[in-house]
Amino acid sequence: MGGLGRGISSALPYAVLILFTLPILILYCWLGFSSFFTRMEGLRPAGAFTLENWRFLWVPETVEQLANKPPIIPLTINTLVFSLATTAVVLLVSSMAGYALSRLNFPGRRAFLGSVLLLHSFPSVTLLIATFIVLRQIGLYDRLLGVILVKAAFEIPLGIWIMKGFFDTVPWELEMAALVDGAGRITVWWRIVMPLVRPGLLALGLLAFVSGWNEFLLPFVFMPSGSQATLSLLVRALLGEGRFVDYGLLTAVGLYYVLPILILFLFAQDHLMKVYGGGVKG
Amino acid sequence: MGPALVMVAAFFVAPVIITLGMSLTDMATTTGLANWQWVGLDNYERMARGSFTLLILGNTVFYVVVTLAFNVLTGLGIALLSANVDQRVGGVFRALWLLPRISPSVVYALMWTWAAAAPPYGVINQLVAPFGIEGRYWINSDPWLIVFLINGFVGASFGMLIFTSAIKSIPEELFRAARVDGANAWQIAQRITLPLLRWPILFVLTYQTMSLFASYEYILLTTNGGPGLYMTEVWSLWAFHTALSSYFGNLEFGYGAALAAVLVVMGLLVSFILLRVFRFNDLVSDPRIEIT
Repeated sequence: MGGLGRGISSALPYAVLILFTLPILILYCWLGFSSFFTRMEGLRPAGAFTLENWRFLWVPETVEQLANKPPIIPLTINTLVFSLATTAVVLLVSSMAGYALSRLNFPGRRAFLGSVLLLHSFPSVTLLIATFIVLRQIGLYDRLLGVILVKAAFEIPLGIWIMKGFFDTVPWELEMAALVDGAGRITVWWRIVMPLVRPGLLALGLLAFVSGWNEFLLPFVFMPSGSQATLSLLVRALLGEGRFVDYGLLTAVGLYYVLPILILFLFAQDHLMKVYGGGVKG
Repeated sequence: MGPALVMVAAFFVAPVIITLGMSLTDMATTTGLANWQWVGLDNYERMARGSFTLLILGNTVFYVVVTLAFNVLTGLGIALLSANVDQRVGGVFRALWLLPRISPSVVYALMWTWAAAAPPYGVINQLVAPFGIEGRYWINSDPWLIVFLINGFVGASFGMLIFTSAIKSIPEELFRAARVDGANAWQIAQRITLPLLRWPILFVLTYQTMSLFASYEYILLTTNGGPGLYMTEVWSLWAFHTALSSYFGNLEFGYGAALAAVLVVMGLLVSFILLRVFRFNDLVSDPRIEIT
């Protein structure tokens, strides 16, 4: 192969990759630009650089579109509480169940593992309709706590599988030794096994946190009054305001909402890539 | 173990049973949670006779097939290409493709709403202008295109990650041997990589078919089934609209539950057929590539 041919054939994959990735780049670049300029012409900033679009952070009362909406700081706190609480429940319940499935040979173990996998692929709309009724019956409808429990429950089947995989890699002998020395099962689990599966907890925790932070459908359906609304509901409300959309404000709020996730992604990229690939093993 | 059982029972097992039960009732906002009645298979009969049932079924198949093709082919393409370039650059591209998946759905939908916006906004209008295509409001004029794009650019990353790890687990000697024999990149992909990716491809196809049948969030956030009556309405969105967010104010839980139950059957049926077509049993007996 000649020099020119080689040059073209090694540059080709790059060119195709860039071409295909362009739409994603354009979308995210626009999100950033649009929030810092007074006017945009497509992708090109046409106005002056400004922080005006971000004034919802320091003088929210001057932003007309936010007049009849919950203030941004409580919304942020709600979102944070929602995702942290979901993560805590998912981690605790999945690691207990995962440990039991990995170590104890109780009747119905196989059936439980199989059904957990089946449940994970269940259409969420099927669950939503009935969960609506369940929440009403137990009095958690329209409350953040109810949405936290539902969200955690939806994440737990995958969590159990992930954690079981990690527990399977921890050698028996360690626990055996501690059990022989007279430690209780719970102590062994908490003191000896849990520290060894820290990478698994980290991976699952990241997954649950990101998924909780981003959640839109559950609060949308189960908290209609919006008294404990999250950021996703605010963005949705601004987006749904029809034809006179103020893209400057909208992108600033959107960027504010997505920024923690982007920063997290920057630092925990390798972990997240693994989790989303579905192949989380020790 | 206990808490897991309780949560799985309360939010999975109970809902499934309740859904099946509800689909046999006339429960709705008008009847309240107290005054409903058993109506047998009336909901299913209504579905079979409904004038929009066929349209929505057609929409669903169209949506699943096109998005699936886009997802799997793009995912495969990105995985193959990014494995063939410098490893660090490849990683950057994969990270970029993962962005839509980790971003909140409302923010991602916001970006596409802008991209597809009517002139003078909208980057799609600007991009196609040099080709002599007049500016328009794409969500209204070509709703399906936007539905495919918004779902495709999220969905492709799943296949990309699975295929990438599968490619990485192929022994390096195979590639080296092929190169020594004078094979070029295309021949290597065609003769070595793709045949060895048979199992991951089957897995991604089946998994994503199930996910697509169940998915409606991005459609809800962009076209919301419109424009016009049920133009881009898919089955899961129909169930959602009927039971949880009706245009007409009356939430029909019973009918919505029946629609959801049919959705489950559809998903199971299609994955069963897929596994049959790809002769799943032959595949598992092969020494397969572990997806790790």
